[in-house]
Amino acid sequence: MPRITVTVDGITYEEDVEPRLLLVHLLRDRLGKTGTPVGCDTSNCGACTVMLDGKSVKSCSVLAVQADGGDVVTIEGLGADGSMHPMQRAFHEEHALQCGYCTPGMVMAAIDLLRDDPDPSEETIREGLEGNLCRCTGYCNIVSAVRRGAQEMGQAVSKQ
Amino acid sequence: MIPAQFDYARPASLDEACQALASDEDAKVLAGGQSLLPLLRMRLAYPSTLVDVGRLPDLKGVHDRGDHVFIGAMTTHDEVVRSGVVTAGCPLVALATAMVADRAIRHRGTFGGSLAHADPAGDLPAVVLALDGVLVARSAGGEREIPAADFFVDYLESALEPGEILTGVKIPKLGAGWGFHYEKFHRTAQSWAIVGVAAAVKRSNGAITEARIGLTNMGEKPLRARATESALRGVELGDQVRLACEEAAADTSPPADLHAQPDYRRHLARVLTHRAVRTAAGSP
Repeated sequence: MPRITVTVDGITYEEDVEPRLLLVHLLRDRLGKTGTPVGCDTSNCGACTVMLDGKSVKSCSVLAVQADGGDVVTIEGLGADGSMHPMQRAFHEEHALQCGYCTPGMVMAAIDLLRDDPDPSEETIREGLEGNLCRCTGYCNIVSAVRRGAQEMGQAVSKQ
Repeated sequence: MIPAQFDYARPASLDEACQALASDEDAKVLAGGQSLLPLLRMRLAYPSTLVDVGRLPDLKGVHDRGDHVFIGAMTTHDEVVRSGVVTAGCPLVALATAMVADRAIRHRGTFGGSLAHADPAGDLPAVVLALDGVLVARSAGGEREIPAADFFVDYLESALEPGEILTGVKIPKLGAGWGFHYEKFHRTAQSWAIVGVAAAVKRSNGAITEARIGLTNMGEKPLRARATESALRGVELGDQVRLACEEAAADTSPPADLHAQPDYRRHLARVLTHRAVRTAAGSP
């Protein structure tokens, strides 16, 4: 069984993994990082989105062995000292969730989007989140939350 | 679902990877995994071994080689879209790649992987076909070049032999006077094209002198709309272009699925070809 070394939310783990183990199952079942849900399991919905080496990936479509040597950040690694990340707080403030199942992936995808555009327009946000589905259809509030989160992250210059 | 069991090999060199593939006909190359892993999870594929070429440095990167752009097979879609060499040398590739799937998948999925997968519903096969790309493959026996017209053989089947790995693609640069467009019709944001049309059009003194048109999801493999290409030659912009594009579905055998019946796909091919050609010719 291959042995991999992977850093998740700042802690480095060494794990023996079956080649077929998906990254999302490593996170949830082995490391207890259940903040990252399994959604559609067909790489459509984006609920399982995490950062791998600084870029968003759908963790149901990455093998754990592919993440060997990698640095993973999940929704659980965003906040510091028990406080929420600005993007998490913005989702809360803007009521950008109903059932909440898509939220971890939405937050990770939103943060990834800001790498390219720290002050994204509504159109940029909608396009940038095309790989993340909300079946409560709360997209309006999600877009507002990403705008607010971007501004609160201090990277934004208001375009209004 | 959880994939069926398989062995995993991470070769240290391209030669080692070729050997691993040649010694086991049920082995599959693992590149970014964005097409392969869903197939494994749905238990639609049962490879014995995955040969992970994801860490081989020789397969990554984009190079300007004068008359063509060389795109390494393991270059991710995200890297292709961000490459100044691609944007300058083969902008149609950049345009279409930006429409592949979604951001997270473009971070992992690779240019070579989506061609070797040979899915006629994928965007890039029709683009590479329209641009007369040449695919470069390596095996223990050496290297060979396969024109795109010969590379796509059938549904999910390429001309790659067991033991052969796609190492990169040569995309000839279009010279002055060429315009291009990719028109993709899909029902939801990140879904496959129901039909897609890649068009490159050359104009001189107002008339079209050459057109190259690739069709996505209009048959078992990506196709060229040859009848429309011929009909467009020498034509001025206007009604004649529309008439030429009426031939776009000639000699196609589009699939029937949940999204569309063949006759609807033929209709889409005609409409989208007209849009793509007009935009490529500079009159959207």
